[in-house]
Amino acid sequence: MAAILEVNNLGISFGGLHAVDNFHVTINQGELYGLIGPNGAGKTTIFNLLTGVYKPDEGIIRLDGQDITGRKTIDINKAGVARTFQNIRLFHQISVLDNVKVGLHNRYSYSTVTGIFRLPGYRRTERLMDEKAMELLKVFDLDTSAEILASNLPYGKQRKLEIARALATDPKLLLLDEPAAGMNPNETAELMETIRFVREHFGITILLIEHDMKLVSGICERLSVLNFGKILCEGETSEVLHDPEVIKAYLGE
Amino acid sequence: MTRMKNRKLRSNLITYGIVIAAFIAVQALQSAGRLSSLMAGLLVPLCVYVVLAVSLNLVVGISGELSLGHAGFMCVGAFTSAFFTNLVKDTITISGLRFFLAILIGAAFAGIFGLLIGIPVLRLRGDYLAIVTLAFGEIIKNIMNLFYIGKDSAGYHMSLKDQFSMGMEPTGKMIISGPMGITGTPKDASFLAGVILILVTLYIVLHLIDSRDGRAIMAIRDNRIAAESVGLNVMKFKLMAFTVSAGLAGAAGALYAHNLATLQAKKFDYNTSILTLVFVVLGGIGNIRGSVIAAVVLTALPEMLRGLSNYRMLIYSIVLIVMMIFNWAPKVLEWRERHLGRFFRRGREEVM
Ligand SMILES: Nc1ncnc2c1ncn2[C@@H]1O[C@H](COP(=O)(O)OP(=O)(O)OP(=O)(O)O)[C@@H](O)[C@H]1O
Ligand SMILES: [Mg+2]
Repeated sequence: MAAILEVNNLGISFGGLHAVDNFHVTINQGELYGLIGPNGAGKTTIFNLLTGVYKPDEGIIRLDGQDITGRKTIDINKAGVARTFQNIRLFHQISVLDNVKVGLHNRYSYSTVTGIFRLPGYRRTERLMDEKAMELLKVFDLDTSAEILASNLPYGKQRKLEIARALATDPKLLLLDEPAAGMNPNETAELMETIRFVREHFGITILLIEHDMKLVSGICERLSVLNFGKILCEGETSEVLHDPEVIKAYLGE
Repeated sequence: MTRMKNRKLRSNLITYGIVIAAFIAVQALQSAGRLSSLMAGLLVPLCVYVVLAVSLNLVVGISGELSLGHAGFMCVGAFTSAFFTNLVKDTITISGLRFFLAILIGAAFAGIFGLLIGIPVLRLRGDYLAIVTLAFGEIIKNIMNLFYIGKDSAGYHMSLKDQFSMGMEPTGKMIISGPMGITGTPKDASFLAGVILILVTLYIVLHLIDSRDGRAIMAIRDNRIAAESVGLNVMKFKLMAFTVSAGLAGAAGALYAHNLATLQAKKFDYNTSILTLVFVVLGGIGNIRGSVIAAVVLTALPEMLRGLSNYRMLIYSIVLIVMMIFNWAPKVLEWRERHLGRFFRRGREEVM
């Protein structure tokens, strides 16, 4: 099986704090991989390192064999990594549909002049973008909300819209940062189905951070557990969740 | 989706319609002899301010950056276009063609300045950007004050010091004389030309907003980090908005310059930039049609109220406050959305 993501010896410090220290992971094509750990363990920081928001102090990140360490966020996205955010970051003053169309920006093209003077390419490309965006919205049951402002979506749907927008960039690897946060058990169960569907339908690899153990044990094939920036344990989900160290450090009593 | 498209289209058509209707109304008043000479003299400046406000709204409302140097770009457009016109006024005698070229040149130079200034300053954010753009606006104005350019039988002469160090023959003619500016520009501007420029400006700005690049500009405004995460080059789109905006301000400057016998740089100080910002804020940040209306009302009002002498500024202030409440108070916005939604849509809704 081919590795989509290969991370070795990844580390970053903020002041004296080793937020991430000697992190490594290999994720195979098509895998659903979980990253768990207590608050402040460094999970989101790893996402920020993988997507170029932070530059690592040390370590190597390879995407599909290609070294992407230290590259800029936009280049890493173009190389095939898309993400969602723990604190939702939507384009709140434009429509739900337009949020996804922004995600499609680099896949459909016409010049600024074509856009302003409505030259022939404009109508055709916009229609293709509309179709593609609606298709994505449908996956998340957002197609009926396409015209409203993103900020007017209820919380749970905002999280889904973030996933749809990320998928619009046609990633190889999708990073989901606590996708079920703030959702009720019904919504979480539904989200699990959607995540599975997304993996099959788009043929992508997913790395997700989650606190909801039901979701993690339900869909992740393998896990890494992080504690104080270091890997505490890694392996098959069922094994990891029964590891005494993990139970002690994270799952608690 | 088609409903959304239709709504955008209708909204744009209403904006163009308002401008055209206002133009026809003014023409009717004028031919009926009902327009005071004061008002008639205000028509071209009115168009100038509308174009300025709409173009500034592209940066402030759509791109989300506070720029206080808009008058600087207007200044570049005014001087380069007036200089051009003075060079060619004996060769190109068709005033319409000459003015058209002058506007293009003013817009191009202002756009280039926008690009060159934008590259360093757009790295700054918020208040810092505001202060630096303010400074650049003043710098441009002061640089324009320095130029002495003239022409005699030997060709062109230039100095940055004074008229006498140019070494020009006494029979030579000054084109730009430092703080005294440019005199003798033919009065090529007209109300009709102004209205056409407004329509072109609206066409460019409204269509840019409703295109792939416009969406990217607004996405960056709404959330820069998320925009980068989907592969948008933040600097590129900020520069795009800033450059287009500067170019349109340059076109407004060209219109302004060709309406005056004497063009002086001192007119393009921060007061003009701030006044333009007032139009944008009171018309509704991001609301293009609002900018048009605010610029017209707030430019025309002081003149219309002249007869009321003492009460003039009082009424002007009240109008400012009323506009502010109309566009910004949450309760009023709610009421508007419910009852007048079709007619007054704020920019936010407009760009849905
Ligand atoms: N830019 C930064 N500057 C300084 N410290 C930071 C920065 N980013 C993260 N940290 C610190 O790094 C540590 C790890 O933070 P991180 O957000 O990665 O945790 P997390 O595992 O995602 O936690 P949570 O489950 O609460 O989201 C925290 O102590 C945090 O304060
Ligand atoms: Mg986190």
